[in-house]
Amino acid sequence: MALLITILKNPERARHLCQRDWDVLIRQARHANLLGRLYRTLESFGELPFTQARPHHHLLSGSAVADRQHLIIKHEVGLLHQTFSRCNIPFILLKGAAYVVAGLPAARGRVFADIDILVPRAQLANAESALMLTGWVSMALDAYDQRYYRQWMHELPAMQHMFRGTTLDVHHTILPPTSRLKPDPALLIEASIELPGMPGVRILCPADMVLHSATHLFHEGEPDNLLRDLTDLDELLRYFGAQDGFWNKLTTRAKLLQLGEPLRLALRYTTRLLDTPVPAEVLQEAGALEDSGIRQKLLDAIYLRVLQPQHSSTADALSPVARKLLYIRSHWQRMPPHLLACHLGHKALFPHRVASPQRIKDEKAH
Amino acid sequence: MIVSNLTLSELQSRLLGEGLTIASGPFNFRLQSGFSDIVPDLARLYAHHPLITDDAFIDFHVAIEAGRGLRRWLGAQARFVVDGVEPFTPLPQAQALPMIEWGLNWCISAYSQHVLVLHAAAVARGNRALIMPAPPGSGKSTLCAALVNRGWRLLSDELTIIRLDTGEISGLARPVNLKNASINVIRHFAPEAFLTKPVRDTVKGTVALMAPSAQSVRDVGQAAQPYWVVLPHYRAGASTALVPMQTGAAFLQIAENAMNYHVLGIRGFDAVGQLVDRCRHFNFEYSDLEEAIAQFDLFAPEG
Repeated sequence: MALLITILKNPERARHLCQRDWDVLIRQARHANLLGRLYRTLESFGELPFTQARPHHHLLSGSAVADRQHLIIKHEVGLLHQTFSRCNIPFILLKGAAYVVAGLPAARGRVFADIDILVPRAQLANAESALMLTGWVSMALDAYDQRYYRQWMHELPAMQHMFRGTTLDVHHTILPPTSRLKPDPALLIEASIELPGMPGVRILCPADMVLHSATHLFHEGEPDNLLRDLTDLDELLRYFGAQDGFWNKLTTRAKLLQLGEPLRLALRYTTRLLDTPVPAEVLQEAGALEDSGIRQKLLDAIYLRVLQPQHSSTADALSPVARKLLYIRSHWQRMPPHLLACHLGHKALFPHRVASPQRIKDEKAH
Repeated sequence: MIVSNLTLSELQSRLLGEGLTIASGPFNFRLQSGFSDIVPDLARLYAHHPLITDDAFIDFHVAIEAGRGLRRWLGAQARFVVDGVEPFTPLPQAQALPMIEWGLNWCISAYSQHVLVLHAAAVARGNRALIMPAPPGSGKSTLCAALVNRGWRLLSDELTIIRLDTGEISGLARPVNLKNASINVIRHFAPEAFLTKPVRDTVKGTVALMAPSAQSVRDVGQAAQPYWVVLPHYRAGASTALVPMQTGAAFLQIAENAMNYHVLGIRGFDAVGQLVDRCRHFNFEYSDLEEAIAQFDLFAPEG
């Protein structure tokens, strides 16, 4: 078990760490994008006064980055609200942006790569126009990628604000239309909740928020952020789990939205790795305790590796294999074999570099 | 124990093995490298830096490694790696040494949001510090190198670290990065200083590193209170002129040169505000280095 996971579960053990342990802990947290969250966790358990000065600086630094991002997110959401309310397009904040704006514990110390929103498919073209008029531009991708996103994906190609540099993902559903699971976005929108004081700005209802977080983690998660996403789920389940009727709603919604499998995996790995309190009958009903079968053993072999901080201190001989299998699995789930073959064939023949905000920034810096 | 207590072969075997672990002011770093030709220069540049024990916390685990795969046979490359992350594209192997300095600067600016990080040189007399925030080409590194060869203590040549709690400067005392014409200027100005062989064709032109003085490294932990802020501007043929600057203008200059001003938000604003309040501010134009140093020595009796 990685030291980072041990400390996230038992923050009171931090005071017994020696300098060498802290060294490993900070590096694991940095690689898992969890420095800010670790800081907030230690803070809420009253452990910060016992933290040595040097590691404390790194934690504080991670937390300052998260605070800054939260400020940006709130500002951007205010601007999106203005943009969309002018043309009466309702939009739903997803993932991190929702946690921050709704003030959920899952926002604590969380860092972001982008803002994710969902708009009704029928309004997608209007939403894109409205965004372009306010300075959001589609990020430099080639014609193939543009078409690939628009034809097969559940989101527009990522947009970036031309002056502020913020990145925005506009979804119309939560999984690619070509995936084997087909949750109906109309159900998500119908059950969504308007944020008080911000008419038109909505977040998913608690059960759907958990299901989306699980779906994202087990379908599209990038290895570097999987543990962060798992801690999101842990925070969400701890917070909403205390509300009346939540667990019942969660399993009902999972069935309705065809998201039983991601929920099963979410419950299995949050309870196993982070000791998330989940009622036994819920685990039973979701099939989260199922241990038999080759498929489950393979999933465990993959996820118990990729859900560790992706740092050399936690890697074993099979970690690179697990990451490769995860990549194959996520593509396999995303599209039927003939599409996958065409897509991979194109990428092999024309290996265009994908534009990412980080890469664009790096190139500007040189 | 300090780096110069090691023989060159001991130093090299550390670099090849578990790494050379050095304290540079508030930061500990571990350096690994398979390049043997950087060893002698590295030994001179970091001669006086303390070695840290194996059980200590390390802020930055860095390595300079050879290019990967086939690439290593087509023009040898150097890659800067910090704990498995590679922030830069590889450079020609001849640039390995300056790349270490640029890499460490990257680590500090990317991972240190617990302090205000200024793109500025800083030197001190006693416990009073002089900060020179300025864009490249202003002659700040040249001035900084000249001052530390005339009795000022080097705090930092590139990044000035301001603590948010006390407002004091945490010195780094790392090598000074000299560029282009300033390399020969400093060679003539201070023949006794150790400069590495110039490395040509870098993104910053020709670069040489100057070793910090033993005293600067030894006293790096001593408190340094910001006292003067000077915005240098080198102009060929200009006569030396030190002109007081309004605090408003000084605030903007400092904020503009603060690498993490925007990340720190209100704490950044407060930190810059306090720095402005406690310092005296000047614009400084010069072309003659001796005259420039004489001008700064007028500060010294105050210091």
